Amino acid sequence: MNRPTRPDADPAAADPAAPDPSGAQGAAIDVRDLLFAYPRKPPLLDVPSMVVARGERVFLRGPSGSGKSTLLGLIGGVLVPQRGSVRLLGTDLATLSPSARDRFRGEHLGFIFQMFNLIPYLGVLENVILPAQFSPARAARVAGGDLAAEGRRLLGALGLGSADLLSRPVTELSIGQQQRVAAARALLGRPEVLVADEPTSALDHDARGQFLQLLMDECRAQGTTLLFVSHDTSLGGLFDRVLSLADLNRAIDAGVAA
Amino acid sequence: MKTLTLAFRSLRNRRTTALLTLAAIAVSVALLLGVQKTRTAAREGFANTVSGVDLIVGARSGQLNLLLYSVFRVGDATANVSWETYQKVAGRSDVAWTIPLSLGDSHRGFRVLGTNLDYFRHYRFAGGRDLTFETGKPFSDLYDAVLGAEVAQQLGYRLGDPIVIAHGLGKVSFANHEDKPFRIVGILARTGTPVDRTVHVSLEALTAIHLDWQSGMRALPGARVDAETARTMALTPTSITAFMVGMENRVMTFGLQRAVNEYRQEALLAIIPGVALTQLWNLVGIADTALMIIAAFVVLAGLLGMLTAILTSLNERRREMAILRSVGAQPRHVFTLLITEAGLLATGGVAAGVALCYGLIAAARPLLERRFGIFLEPGGLTGYDMALLGAIILAALLMGALPAWRAYRNTLSDGLTLRV
Repeated sequence: MNRPTRPDADPAAADPAAPDPSGAQGAAIDVRDLLFAYPRKPPLLDVPSMVVARGERVFLRGPSGSGKSTLLGLIGGVLVPQRGSVRLLGTDLATLSPSARDRFRGEHLGFIFQMFNLIPYLGVLENVILPAQFSPARAARVAGGDLAAEGRRLLGALGLGSADLLSRPVTELSIGQQQRVAAARALLGRPEVLVADEPTSALDHDARGQFLQLLMDECRAQGTTLLFVSHDTSLGGLFDRVLSLADLNRAIDAGVAA
Repeated sequence: MKTLTLAFRSLRNRRTTALLTLAAIAVSVALLLGVQKTRTAAREGFANTVSGVDLIVGARSGQLNLLLYSVFRVGDATANVSWETYQKVAGRSDVAWTIPLSLGDSHRGFRVLGTNLDYFRHYRFAGGRDLTFETGKPFSDLYDAVLGAEVAQQLGYRLGDPIVIAHGLGKVSFANHEDKPFRIVGILARTGTPVDRTVHVSLEALTAIHLDWQSGMRALPGARVDAETARTMALTPTSITAFMVGMENRVMTFGLQRAVNEYRQEALLAIIPGVALTQLWNLVGIADTALMIIAAFVVLAGLLGMLTAILTSLNERRREMAILRSVGAQPRHVFTLLITEAGLLATGGVAAGVALCYGLIAAARPLLERRFGIFLEPGGLTGYDMALLGAIILAALLMGALPAWRAYRNTLSDGLTLRV
């Protein structure tokens, strides 16, 4: 095991409700002077600044191929920038060892992907409580320690309360239902930040609206910071703020100019 | 960590492939264990054929030849040992007892052994067990015969039945000693040794039935000696095929062996059965070593099947790995997950293989005993068996490291990207 500073040793990171003493220092996501390139490729991301405050719900617009997934990989701590820093809840991810970054992600971040978010051989409830299997801190944050009860509560809040649904194999759920199970999983154990990567692009119009509404409600109820990434600009109105990756990323201009 | 549960659930999700992989390992393990068990049983049965005999003496030939005809009733002696020489050795002060052996005739494919009552007193097998009678008693009358268990069972003989001994060997004989029939007075308990396949009569009886025979030809009908007249004649044999010796003190064995081998009046050979048995086993044992090697390769094939199954599953599972990473799993968790899968498959396969092997042994045992006289006493798993099975699981884990490493690399390069 690695022994660098544990992220949860930082009091500001451990308690999302604590007052933020140093401004952007304790922001949910604080990207500074970031430069990233894949090996033997021109820089893909050159982001001078991108800050998401705690509790904020931000819509990040970015067409496919704009480096969106790479940015999420950097925020998730599976990629490390060549220059600059990615601070999450006041912790610079680059200062952590790879396995500490994995633990940090498991503890403070929830992810929802475009589709096929679920482990096919686990049941609905087992999928929801999966983060608690890898992160004791997230398991500890579940009120009363009853993971199954909290999982059922989240599923209920997202409109998946029926017992019949819980007993079905996840592969038999509709895509809309699968995305809601994924949302419940991302919210289990109250991670401070939820990153959603095109979670609605596989849904039809009605399901999209319903899903977004339920997700926003639950984020508000839990005080979760939401970074919602999509190419569908029509959804932007529901968020506190809309960012465009094209505006943030100088590498794209450079690429076009060259 | 719940890696074990995850690995188990993942395998259950792919149960057809998993079960087939497991079955392949199980069959190969059952084969390996079965070969190992039969090999042990064969070696023990072999070493147990004769015990407590310090020397076997016969006409000079090869060590193995003498062992084969005197103990296993296979093959023929090249020459005989004269009665005088036998008496000389038997009379030595360092010799405790002797068992004379006279071979050459048969009964419906089973060898007839001429001997005396010392045979029932001193012959030992399987680490010192005595010959015991299932029914009846040793021969006392001239025309009495004692059957081995196998002979009685296969030919359906009971006490009191008459039997006719054929001149020479072979299943079908044209020259029978039908004028001097024998009566069965005893049937020995099963020993699992060649004794079971032997018809025992006295040395004198063998002399009696051969009175009419001179240099391989039978006397003309008018010149023949009938059974009752034979009783009145001198029936001490002039020679025997071989004899077994028990020493007063085993330390003296080598002295007697040298004395016999250097005996000038007659070309003799004395062998120590244990040494000769080991030598013979080394010869026969090549076959079972070959079997063992084949079985080991079958196990390797089973494990390669497992490796293939896990490797082919990797690509379709990259998504699964990315999801696990997004909820906080580290690459080492992914590595452990796949190693655990290999371990589960191998352990399950080994367990099923052991069960299959014991099941087959239990099913085949009566047949093996009846048809081949092989006593397969499976017993528990010996330390060697356990080491063998442990080595299989270890090999599986080592092989499982390959897909685990690939998945680990994929996980690092894929990150949180879900590949469809």
